[in-house]
Amino acid sequence: MDIFLQQLVNGLVLGSIYALVALGYTMVYGILGLINFAHGDICMIGALTALTVAQALTAMGVPAPVALLLAALAAVLVCVALGVSIERVAYRPLRQAPRLAPLITAIGVSILLQYSAALVWGKQYLSMPEIVKPTEFDFAGVHLTDLQVFIFVLACALMAGLLWFIRSSRMGRAMRATEQNPEVAGLMGVDINRVIAFTFVLGSAVGAIAGLMVVLYYGIGHYFMGFMLGLKAFTAAVLGGIGNVGGAMLGGLLLGIIESLASGYIGDLTGGVLGSNYRDIFAFLVLIGVLVLRPSGLMGQHTGDRA
Amino acid sequence: MSYALPPDPRLRRAIYCVAAVALLVLPFAVDALLGRAWVRIIDLALLFIMLGIGLNIVVGYAGLLDLGYIAFFAVGAYCYTLLASPQFGIHGSFLVLLPLGALVAAVFGVLLGAPTLRLRGDYLAIVTLGFGEIIRIFLNNLNRPVNITNGPQGITLIDPIGLGDIALNKTYSLAGLTLAPVHSYYFVFLACACASIFISRRLEDSRIGRAWVAIREDELAASAMGINARNLKLLAFSMGATFGGVAGGLFASFQGFISPESFTLLDSIMVLCMVVLGGMGNVGGVVLGAVLLTALPEALRYVGPLQKAWLGDIYVDPSDLRMLLFGLALVLMMLFRPAGLWPSSTRRRELAGEGNANGT
Repeated sequence: MDIFLQQLVNGLVLGSIYALVALGYTMVYGILGLINFAHGDICMIGALTALTVAQALTAMGVPAPVALLLAALAAVLVCVALGVSIERVAYRPLRQAPRLAPLITAIGVSILLQYSAALVWGKQYLSMPEIVKPTEFDFAGVHLTDLQVFIFVLACALMAGLLWFIRSSRMGRAMRATEQNPEVAGLMGVDINRVIAFTFVLGSAVGAIAGLMVVLYYGIGHYFMGFMLGLKAFTAAVLGGIGNVGGAMLGGLLLGIIESLASGYIGDLTGGVLGSNYRDIFAFLVLIGVLVLRPSGLMGQHTGDRA
Repeated sequence: MSYALPPDPRLRRAIYCVAAVALLVLPFAVDALLGRAWVRIIDLALLFIMLGIGLNIVVGYAGLLDLGYIAFFAVGAYCYTLLASPQFGIHGSFLVLLPLGALVAAVFGVLLGAPTLRLRGDYLAIVTLGFGEIIRIFLNNLNRPVNITNGPQGITLIDPIGLGDIALNKTYSLAGLTLAPVHSYYFVFLACACASIFISRRLEDSRIGRAWVAIREDELAASAMGINARNLKLLAFSMGATFGGVAGGLFASFQGFISPESFTLLDSIMVLCMVVLGGMGNVGGVVLGAVLLTALPEALRYVGPLQKAWLGDIYVDPSDLRMLLFGLALVLMMLFRPAGLWPSSTRRRELAGEGNANGT
């Protein structure tokens, strides 16, 4: 039972990170109908930027909270700039093109980001300085660190803020209108290009924070880390119902829990035949399962309208 | 559909004959002029042509983006390897194993395609992306508790292709010509590549091929015309996988060693690049793309020493540079020349935005 609770908590923390990344996929998909393959890699760039800034600042003896804040700020700025320019240069010209074209472009951008990062940061694992020394404590029989609590709370706060923003702000309303019907929204005076650019701003900023959380949590960063992160976050988005912001959050949390529990128990359940080195396949199994059983996801409105 | 060939059948026949002779002489000429390493590269290019043609059926004809295509290559390669190596002590004949590899790959194709093909193409892209990784994870980890794939170490001493006493890993002398393994494999691969091209071209103009194109251009309209879109997409998917499976078996026998490292995402992307660069839907374009991109790493090999000479140190690893160029090529091609370097006529019309501009 203790192990169960422990894995549940670990899963929630991990899942909140997935949820943040999934938001970027789902918002862009909702508006453009495009899987932004590069989103995972944008998070990677955010993570590595934050890592570098944090390394530099701690070397200069800047106090931890300030260093963390500046690292987050740098990551957000870099990612927002990156996200917006990718949209402008690579996706916007192809908005009217056949489906395959922007998909292939997105793959190209993803590869470009990965290997640009390999050029800048090298291919080795980079370690995050321990800005926040995780202090451990026990709560209701579960082993926790304050870092885990911090990540979870921050992720939840971000998600709540985002939900509020989309529900209540003027820009949020414009986003929802564009999602429903870009042409009519345009006729109503919504500047579609601005809305789409803003969607990328929002997604990239949240993705940058998620990237920072990953390096804080695991303590290491790598130029290829965006790939698996992106794949899982996309699965989370599909699980929740792609295009649905609330669904992405739910899907992320659920996926984190599923993955944590599954990799915690797989050894026992299979008598040691399969070990936790298979942990990366669960997300994929979930993805296939959702697509077969309920393609619209948990909170999706309409069943997969085909191409 | 004819390419840039002249309409006069006699002239065309003459061109074919010259091309055939050139292809027969090519390995020996290259061997004499550039060295044996280049013959090997040509062999690999032929393999990649087969892969490209297989992927072209999926991406080019049917318009389904498959990002884990190399997984079928891996399936074919491991299928051959496990049954023709000391790993299990089984030494099957390639006459059985190559078709078997193709079959297994096709089954994997159906298994993977079935849940996703009912949905939008985007899902397929991401599922295949995941599938490619999953296959690699399994290959890496299936060395415990029962050692099947020998894990990351890979499997060595794979049997060469051979019949009776003749094996392609030995050097033969034939009418004054030395027939080294790379030469013999060249002819096997050439035959397979030509067969692939032939099959692919025949498919393109067949009922099935036209149905694929119809589905790609407008699935709704195609269904209204009585085309069973799901089954045909599944067929395209498994057909593409079949080519990958055969190429995988050939690759395993050619290399004599395989490990999961030969089947990464980057290899999938490379094959995709060949198809996109050359021209989706056009066999000639795919061949061009495969040859260009197989030769590219060899050309980039000089980049390292050049950097050392001019800049004093190696800043950009040539293999990274290759991937950067691939990424850039995908983006730029889609933006400026979406139909590829050598586009097929229908594709050109479609992507030029005439008619079905906001197509599905």
